[in-house]
Amino acid sequence: MATATFPKKPADHINAKPVEYAPHDLEVKSYLPEIFRGVGVSMKHFFENTREIVRGKLPDPVLDRYDDGITTISYPEQKRPYPERFRGVHRLTTRTDGSMRCVACLCCSTACPAQCIYIEAGEYPPGDKRRGYEKYPVKFVVDELRCIFCGYCVEACPCDAIRMDTGMHAVPYDSRDQFIYDRDLLLSFEGRDGSHVTANARHEPGDPTHPGLTREHSH
Amino acid sequence: MTATLLLATIVKILIMVMFVLNLAAILTWADRRQSSMIQDRVGPNRAVIKIFGKELRLAGLLHPLADGLKFFTKEDFMPPNADRLLFTLAPIMAMGMVFTLVATIPFGDTICLHQFRLFPDFWHVHTGPHGELLDGVERWGTCAADSRNGYAPLELVVAPLGVGILYVFAMSGQGIIGAAIAGWSSDNKFSLMGALRAASQMVSYEVTLGMSLVGAMMIYGTVRLDDMVRWQQEHAWGIFVQPLAFFLFFAAAVAENKRIPFDLPEAESELVSGYFTEYAGMKFGMFYFAEYAEVVTGSMLLVTIFLGGWALPFFHRDGLLVQFGDTTLLRVAIPHVFVTLLGVLAFFGKVIVVCWIQVFVRWSLPRFRYDQLMKLGWRLLLPASLANILVTGVVWLAVDKAGSAASDGLRIAADVTQAVVAMAMTYLIGRGVVGMFGTVTHERNIIGTSAGIAARRGGTKTEPMQA
Repeated sequence: MATATFPKKPADHINAKPVEYAPHDLEVKSYLPEIFRGVGVSMKHFFENTREIVRGKLPDPVLDRYDDGITTISYPEQKRPYPERFRGVHRLTTRTDGSMRCVACLCCSTACPAQCIYIEAGEYPPGDKRRGYEKYPVKFVVDELRCIFCGYCVEACPCDAIRMDTGMHAVPYDSRDQFIYDRDLLLSFEGRDGSHVTANARHEPGDPTHPGLTREHSH
Repeated sequence: MTATLLLATIVKILIMVMFVLNLAAILTWADRRQSSMIQDRVGPNRAVIKIFGKELRLAGLLHPLADGLKFFTKEDFMPPNADRLLFTLAPIMAMGMVFTLVATIPFGDTICLHQFRLFPDFWHVHTGPHGELLDGVERWGTCAADSRNGYAPLELVVAPLGVGILYVFAMSGQGIIGAAIAGWSSDNKFSLMGALRAASQMVSYEVTLGMSLVGAMMIYGTVRLDDMVRWQQEHAWGIFVQPLAFFLFFAAAVAENKRIPFDLPEAESELVSGYFTEYAGMKFGMFYFAEYAEVVTGSMLLVTIFLGGWALPFFHRDGLLVQFGDTTLLRVAIPHVFVTLLGVLAFFGKVIVVCWIQVFVRWSLPRFRYDQLMKLGWRLLLPASLANILVTGVVWLAVDKAGSAASDGLRIAADVTQAVVAMAMTYLIGRGVVGMFGTVTHERNIIGTSAGIAARRGGTKTEPMQA
């Protein structure tokens, strides 16, 4: 049984840094010089900010944000643009003729860990030049409430048909069904550059750059 | 004449009460807006009123209005075990005392009303051979020979009490009762603790508050507030005569108002909200409002006793007189009514400036610890105020013994202080105006792709609010 000693023995060494206190001289004890200095700093900020606000020359909250002065972003009116690699709301890209690039291969919905993509594939009508080469999505639904914005769908897509470069965040709605984005809505979103296409060119059957088989060279 | 005086009294009460009420409301705005300017924030600007399809925000000035509306529409909550009578009485006491206090504070010099004409002949100035006014008014706030010349005095103070400053102390002492019974009746430990702190703090600082003024009373030779101002007008402002007492009184007044750095009774990090934790709606609003009204009345007292009240440098009752000792540099006779009106504006302007400085003090200093507060009050401020009384007495006697040479020297020194005040006011106003036109430069610092995108768009765009 351990014997308790009292008073407690002090520790051999104390693992701490001694704090440096302000010297207790008259200047510190009389409070006033330090108070004047503090109020002076307050006044400097007050007058500078008041001048900038009165003259309408406040610093730009994004571009001058490391400056002194008011760099508040007044949110709903002012928005900080998202970084370039920001994964925003999805969009479906189009070809140069305006038709959708998606071929309903189900790669994205397979890759999706949250299982928020639902695709119903459909055959192009007889006579269409794409019939037999590829399908198209009759339904393409993304549940933005389920989506975890991991970006796997974008990586999985072989056709660069789904992208997350809209630069928009998911918007709040009143009800859940408004978060179900369907094909036409996804097609209507623009990329950050304002276009519906992507920078990756698509090589259609019949183009000289087309790498695969065509009807004429199928055997 | 009685009816005129009655009407004049009502007008004077309205002027004082409206000024305190409105300045207190504006101070709640100034407290928020000024703190945001100090701390590089935007501050309140979301209260909007729509007039003819235009949105008016007025830099957040509508927030006090919105606060008032909110106070009146909130539930009048009372804790179940609270003392109903005292709980209701406390905010009334806290607020009522502040407004009874302003009754003795003079906001202008005495106006001599003409007994037979409603509007005296203001524009015509009768001057004597040395440029002095021959209008039946004298320097020392009196009107010469009432019945003969037909002048009746109209004092610009609601209640011209002979006890003056003693009444002010009596009334400001009642503020403790409001805070104490608010905490006691709330049936809440935090409230009680806040009330205890409030009571002990206010009692401690009341002593310094009174003692710091004794020196001033000795020099002015009066306890009447209007005579104090007249002394300062004739000689020098109180801040030059009693510089130590000025700071002591300022500190004690801030402590009496229970504002940062002395806001221990309502220290929100320790006591939720102190003695008015349990109050809601307009009852809370009355405490909140009483605090700001106390700031205004405290500033009024400070201005009256130390900053010359309605006095402006070199302005006397009979006009502008720039004089150093016996050398007169400039003499312009002005009817006393205009000087008085200028003085009224000066008084209210000075009060606003002192309130503005108090907001700076509030947002610059950290809160004292409780033992520091008591140490400061009893071991520093109180001995300093007692020493001030002693030194004042010794100097007073020494000057009295030294004869006419010393008093003549002091006379010139007093005139020099008037010149100093005039030059300082001119410099500060000029500096402010010049400072507004200085160049504003900002250093572009584009870091990160989002800033790059914003730069390509030509800066952060402000778009109209959607939905």
